[in-house]
Amino acid sequence: MDGETTCTINGEQRRFSAEEGTSLLLVLREQLGLRSARLGCGEESCGACTVLVDGEPVFSCTLPAEDIEGKTVTTAESLAGPEGDHPLLTAFLEHQAGQCGYCLPGILMRARAYLDSDAPVSREGIAAALDPSLCRCGAHQRMLNAVLDAAEQMGRA
Amino acid sequence: MAAKLPPGLQSAPLISDWLTPIGGGRLRVCTGRAELGQGALTALKQMAAEELDVPPDSLEITGPDTGASPDEGFTAGSLSISQGGAAIRSATSALRALVLGEAARRLNAGLSLLAVKQGRIIDGETATDLTLAGLAGEIDLGVPVSDHAGPKPAGARHLNALDRIDLRDRMVGAPFVHDMAPEGLLFGRVFHPPTLDSRLADDTDLDTLASRPGVVTVVRDGGFLGIVAETEAQAAAAARWFEARLSWATPDGPSDPFHELEASDAEVEEIDSAGMLPEAEATADFTVRRPFLSHGAMGPSTALAQWTEEGLTVWSHTQGVYPLRKAIAEVFGEPEERVRVIHANGAGCYGHNGADDAALEAALLARACPGRPVRLSWNRASEFRAAPVGAAMMTRVRIWMDETGRLDGMHVNVTSPPHATRPSTNGAPCLRSGHLLDKPFPFPVPGDLPAARGGGAARNGVPLYGTGAHLTERKLVTGLPWRTSSLRALGAYLNVYGIETALEAAIIERGLDPFEVRLANLEDKRSREVLERLRAMSSDIIGEETEERNWGIAFARYKNTAAWAAVLVEAELGDELRATRVRIACDMGEVVNPDGALNQLEGGAIQSLSWTLKEALTLDGPAIGTAGWGDYPILRFSEIPEVRVEMIDRPEEPPLGCAEAVQGPVAAALGNAVQRMIGVPVLSLPLTRESVIAAVSA
Repeated sequence: MDGETTCTINGEQRRFSAEEGTSLLLVLREQLGLRSARLGCGEESCGACTVLVDGEPVFSCTLPAEDIEGKTVTTAESLAGPEGDHPLLTAFLEHQAGQCGYCLPGILMRARAYLDSDAPVSREGIAAALDPSLCRCGAHQRMLNAVLDAAEQMGRA
Repeated sequence: MAAKLPPGLQSAPLISDWLTPIGGGRLRVCTGRAELGQGALTALKQMAAEELDVPPDSLEITGPDTGASPDEGFTAGSLSISQGGAAIRSATSALRALVLGEAARRLNAGLSLLAVKQGRIIDGETATDLTLAGLAGEIDLGVPVSDHAGPKPAGARHLNALDRIDLRDRMVGAPFVHDMAPEGLLFGRVFHPPTLDSRLADDTDLDTLASRPGVVTVVRDGGFLGIVAETEAQAAAAARWFEARLSWATPDGPSDPFHELEASDAEVEEIDSAGMLPEAEATADFTVRRPFLSHGAMGPSTALAQWTEEGLTVWSHTQGVYPLRKAIAEVFGEPEERVRVIHANGAGCYGHNGADDAALEAALLARACPGRPVRLSWNRASEFRAAPVGAAMMTRVRIWMDETGRLDGMHVNVTSPPHATRPSTNGAPCLRSGHLLDKPFPFPVPGDLPAARGGGAARNGVPLYGTGAHLTERKLVTGLPWRTSSLRALGAYLNVYGIETALEAAIIERGLDPFEVRLANLEDKRSREVLERLRAMSSDIIGEETEERNWGIAFARYKNTAAWAAVLVEAELGDELRATRVRIACDMGEVVNPDGALNQLEGGAIQSLSWTLKEALTLDGPAIGTAGWGDYPILRFSEIPEVRVEMIDRPEEPPLGCAEAVQGPVAAALGNAVQRMIGVPVLSLPLTRESVIAAVSA
C-alpha cells in the first residue's frame, strides 16, 4: 500500500507517497527530481547513491523510503545552495577532483559527514571515511587533497 | 595548407560541418569525439578558442550525434586530442582565415595587418567594429576546410588551459543519460542469458510476468527477453519477482581460458622480426598471464530510445554513434537515415563495455511501445556478466642479455583472444542481443586490430629497445565462449608487463642497475629523457630500500607511436602487497591541457594498480561468475599511493594523447618492485598474496 511520508530534504519540508519498500533513491530521483544521488549497484557496494540521513551517510539504494519519516535528508544538491557553494564543492572544483563524476555526489556526502563530525581530521581518517565509496577513474588522490583543503576552509584542520 | 587531413575531415569536409554561428556573438563547435569523463570536450573547446582567438565562454561545444556532428568513428585509442583536436584546429583556423578575408574586403584593409583578439577583428593595434562571430554569421561557411586551413604554429598560441566545463554538473547536477526523463517515459529491464548459447527454460511463466503491477509489455524475440513498466520502481519490482523464478539452461563449455589458449591450434603469426635470435639459453624465459578483467563502470549501461513515425532515436553513452547507428539500423532492417544516435553522458567506460548493447536493447523494448521513450538500465550483475570483458591472455618473453647488460635478443609470443569486437566491425552489428534474436545477427569471427592502429593483442609486443635480434609473434584465439573486447591499453598492458618483467629478471641475474641497463639499450632521445627524468624525480625513494619495501621501474612508448612513459612504483610487502609511492615521467608531445593530462595519468596509474593488485573475473564454466563488487574488489581510498607526475612539455611536437600511456608501465614497475624483494618474477596477475606466495614457492 502507498503510505505518505513527511521529512526534511535539503532544508525543505517534503511529503511523498510511495509503495512500501520503494527505495529512498528511487523516490529522490524519480519523484522528487533530486538526481544527484545515483544508482550504481543497488546492493550497497559502491556508494554512488550515498546521501545523509540525520547527518549519517546511508546507501539510499536499499533504504526503504518510509524509513525516513520525520528525518532529515541531505543530498549533494545542497552543496550548491542559494547561500553559495559549500567549501567541499569549491575545493573539489579547485582540485578538479573527478573525471566521469558518477561517484562524486556520494563521495561528497561522505566527506561532508566526516567534516561535520568531531573526528580529528587526517588524510587517513578521510580515506577511511570515503572507503565505502568506489571511484573507477582513479581520481582518489585529488579527492583526498580536496577534502583536506575544505577541512582547512571550514576551520577543521 | 594541411597536407594530410585528420580523419574527421574526410567525412565532414566543410567549415559548416564543424562550426555554426548561433547568435549573440557565439559559435557552436561540433565535434564527433565523445566526452567519456576524460575531459575531451574541455580540451577541444580550449583548442578551438585558442585557434579562433575568441573567449572560451563565447563557444558552445556539442558532442557526437548522427543528426548533427561529424563522423569521427570511435572515441578510443587516446586519439581525441591528436586526431579530434587536429580536426578542430584545422576547421577553426579555416574559419578564422575566411573571416579575416571578409574583414579585409569590408574594411578595404591589408589582410596581413588584420587579426582576431578576444573575438574582435583588429587592424594593426586598432579595434574595428567587426567580430569573428558576427562575420561568421554573414558569410557562407559551406566551403572546404582544406581550402583555408592553416593552424597556428606552436609558438603563436596563447595557451589558456580551461578547467573541466562539466565537472560541477557532474557533482551536483543530473548530466547523465540515466537522468533523462522526457515526457511519457517508460522504464525497461532486460534478462540476460548467462552465455550466448543459454536457453530460457520451457516452463518460464511470461504471462504472470506480464500481469505484474505496472508492467506495460513483455518483449521476447528469440533469446532476447525484457519488460517495459510505467515506473522505475515497478520495473525493478517486476524484475526482482521474475529473476527469483527465472532459469536458463546453459550447455557445458570450457572453464579455463589459459588451457584453451594454450591448446588452440590457431596459427602463430609473425608480427615483426629482425636478425636471428641467439641459440644460447635465454637469460630470462617465462610466460606471464592476466585474467579476464571487467571495465567496471560505476554507472550501469543505460540507454534511452524512442520510435516515432520519423524513425528511431537513441541516446547512448556509446563511444561511436555512427558505427552504432549502422549496427542498429542493420538489426531493424531500417535505412540508416531513419535511425539517429545521440551521445549522452555515462559513467567512465574505459573501453567497449555494455553501452552499445544496452542501446539496441532499449530500441527493441521501445519498438513495442511506439511513440513512448523507454529508458533501460542494466543491473550490476549484467554489467559484470553480459558486457564484453577485457581479454584473458598470456605472453611468453625470452630475453638474451650479456654480462654488461647489452641485449642480444628478445622473443615475444602473444596468445590472446580478440581485443576489438566493437559495433559494426568484422562485418556484423556485434551487439549482444542482436546475436540472440529469432532472426539473429550472429557475432562474426573477429580479427585483430591492424598494426597501423597499434595492433590489438600484440600492442607494444615489439620491443623498443635495441635488441640486436627480435621476433614478435601472435596467436589470436577465436571461438571461445567468453566475449572479449577493448579495455584500455588492450594487449599493451600485459605485453609491457611481460617485456619489462623479463628485462628486470635479466638485470637482477646480471647484478646490474635497472636505469643504466634500460638507458644503455635505448638510443631514442625521448625514451632516454623520460627515464632520466624519472630517476631525478625519484631520488627520495631510490636508496631507501628495506627488506619489506622496494621499488621497481618500467618503460614503454604506448603503441610504439604515442606517448612515452617511465614509471617507478614503490611497494611494501607485509600481510598484503601495497603500492606506497608512484612516480611517472611522461612525454606526450604538446600538452594541451596540463591539469587534464595529469588527471588522466594519475587515473590511469591508479586504475592499473587496481587491475594489477586485485582484479580478476571469476568464471562459471563458459559464463562469467562474478555478479557484484563483492566478488570483484577494486582499489579503495585507503589503498591509494601517493602519485607524482612530471610531464616533459614539447609545445613544438604533435600532441599524442595520454590516457593509456601508463597502464602497462605501472603494472610492470609494481611487479618489478616485488621481484626485487622476493628475487623471482610473479607470472600470474593479479599480484595477490596467493600469487606472490606461489611465485616464491615455485
